[in-house]
Amino acid sequence: MAATTHLAPARPAGLPAPTGRAGFGGALRSELTKIRSVRSTYWTLLALVIVTVGIGTLACVGAVSHGGDVRGPGFDPTFHSLVGLILGQLIIVVLGGLTITSEYATGMVRTSLSVQPRRGTLFAAKAVVFAAVSLVTGLVASFASFFIGQAILSSKHLGTTLGQPHVLRAVIGGGLFLAVCGLLSFGLGAIFRHTAAAITGSIGLLFVLLILSNFLPQSWQNHVDKWVPFNAGSQIWSTVADPGTHMFSAWTGFAVFAGYAAIATAAGFILFRKRDA
Amino acid sequence: MIEARSLTKRYGEKVAVDHLSFSVEPGKITGFLGPNGAGKTTTMRLILGLDHPSVGTVTVNGKPFEQLAQPMREVGALLDAKAVHGGRSAYSHLLCLAQTNNLPRRRVGEVLELVGLSEVAKKRSKGFSLGMGQRLGIAAALLGDPAILMFDEPVNGLDPEGIRWIRNLMKTLAAEGRTVFVSSHLMSEMENTADHLLVIGRGKLIADCTVAEFIARNSVSAVRVRTPQPEALVKAVTAAGGSAVPSADGDAIVVRGLYAEEIGDLAFDNAVRLHELAPAQASLEEAFMELTSSSVEFRAGVAEPSAGQPAHAGRGA
Repeated sequence: MAATTHLAPARPAGLPAPTGRAGFGGALRSELTKIRSVRSTYWTLLALVIVTVGIGTLACVGAVSHGGDVRGPGFDPTFHSLVGLILGQLIIVVLGGLTITSEYATGMVRTSLSVQPRRGTLFAAKAVVFAAVSLVTGLVASFASFFIGQAILSSKHLGTTLGQPHVLRAVIGGGLFLAVCGLLSFGLGAIFRHTAAAITGSIGLLFVLLILSNFLPQSWQNHVDKWVPFNAGSQIWSTVADPGTHMFSAWTGFAVFAGYAAIATAAGFILFRKRDA
Repeated sequence: MIEARSLTKRYGEKVAVDHLSFSVEPGKITGFLGPNGAGKTTTMRLILGLDHPSVGTVTVNGKPFEQLAQPMREVGALLDAKAVHGGRSAYSHLLCLAQTNNLPRRRVGEVLELVGLSEVAKKRSKGFSLGMGQRLGIAAALLGDPAILMFDEPVNGLDPEGIRWIRNLMKTLAAEGRTVFVSSHLMSEMENTADHLLVIGRGKLIADCTVAEFIARNSVSAVRVRTPQPEALVKAVTAAGGSAVPSADGDAIVVRGLYAEEIGDLAFDNAVRLHELAPAQASLEEAFMELTSSSVEFRAGVAEPSAGQPAHAGRGA
């Protein structure tokens, strides 16, 4: 660093005359730069893919080596290969939460708002960029899990293909599921402005509610179970409805699940607008 | 031009900023002076729309900050140099800011060059020293080549080299015709850099004047005089337009409104013997401390224009 920096004129090459407004396009590019320029993004996304694909692979290897007992009418080779999503969701919520809470933890949010004070623009750009990044990564994880899983299952003729009924929807649904999990955490991050709170809250909604619902009396479960976030959201990545349950159909369930994330994100947005930064 | 009208911010019961009205005029350095906790940072946060005012308004170039078409083109601010994501490189940090206002990518390189951080552009800002962090914050403020710059306590914690750099920078920016609004809790800092002063204490405006006026009004010069003929001296001093009161220790007279030389001449003309003639200049720092620590009392004091200077304080009502 130069000891005595001589101040050159502040516009050596000059800036073009300002035209238009600082708007959504600029905010999108900025948020993309932000998410790409920190290492935690890459580590988290890499972990997401490895864990999702790894668990799916193990599950398929298990199914093949244990033989006949999985071959019942309820066996869903697609769901089986995507079972890693159950742990993948725990990783995407970390990134979803961090996307917004890291701005608070570092104080960056104050800098961000002093260059783009229109909070709706900033918040929407952040949500869109995060959703896009997590959807793309989610699809990669989901398709990779499917293809690897089916390759393993097909050795015992248990596999399926994308051409079979509902299979393509389920695999794409796996990516959608992860993106929505992340958005849920993003919304909670905006509400709590605290990383641990956002992640704990998301895991509570996705995991703990699922476990708690098992303790309900059977007659209640039939009415309540389908509303549990994980149950609603995971219908989209199965191709065979579990017999004897009262779950939503794939898209209805996904809409309910996305609704939860939308409520969290909308609440986060309202607070983001209203509160002092 | 920044204009505040009855700007007020309450946090629960606490009033951080209390009906502030002021304007920051273009083309000069306006010092925003007050002790820690006086409401300087809150005022700057209100200007940038980071906090919402409880009462009143503040505008930048006639508009609330969030309505500026391209905020970076009009205002560059450095409130807290630590308000960056430490995991991001200096270059990426500036790039993500520049992109919000559609500034060209090359501008990032230019400001890095300007503040002397080109060599560490690709390094994560986590490892930056305080001075480097401050330079990064200034680079961000300069990105949009704005006509208004706002710095909150920019020299806090810097070494003498860094302090000198910031001072020169502010002077250069003002010389280019920019508005520089800079806060400090140190009067000495403002003496060296500012043209105009806004002084606040406990959230209230207590002075709005040029630095010269502030010095004239607040650093009352007094002369301590000891003489065996006090009545004759007091009479002569009063006749010449000065004021004389017994000193606190009771063995001298404190004369105000006349220079030591004038008092000496008066004594000579009136054949008064002097045993002591000592000018005592209250330091600006002391005047400032006194002024801000008892801001409420001071406000009551300036309400009656006594010093011959127009009292700007508290004009916000």
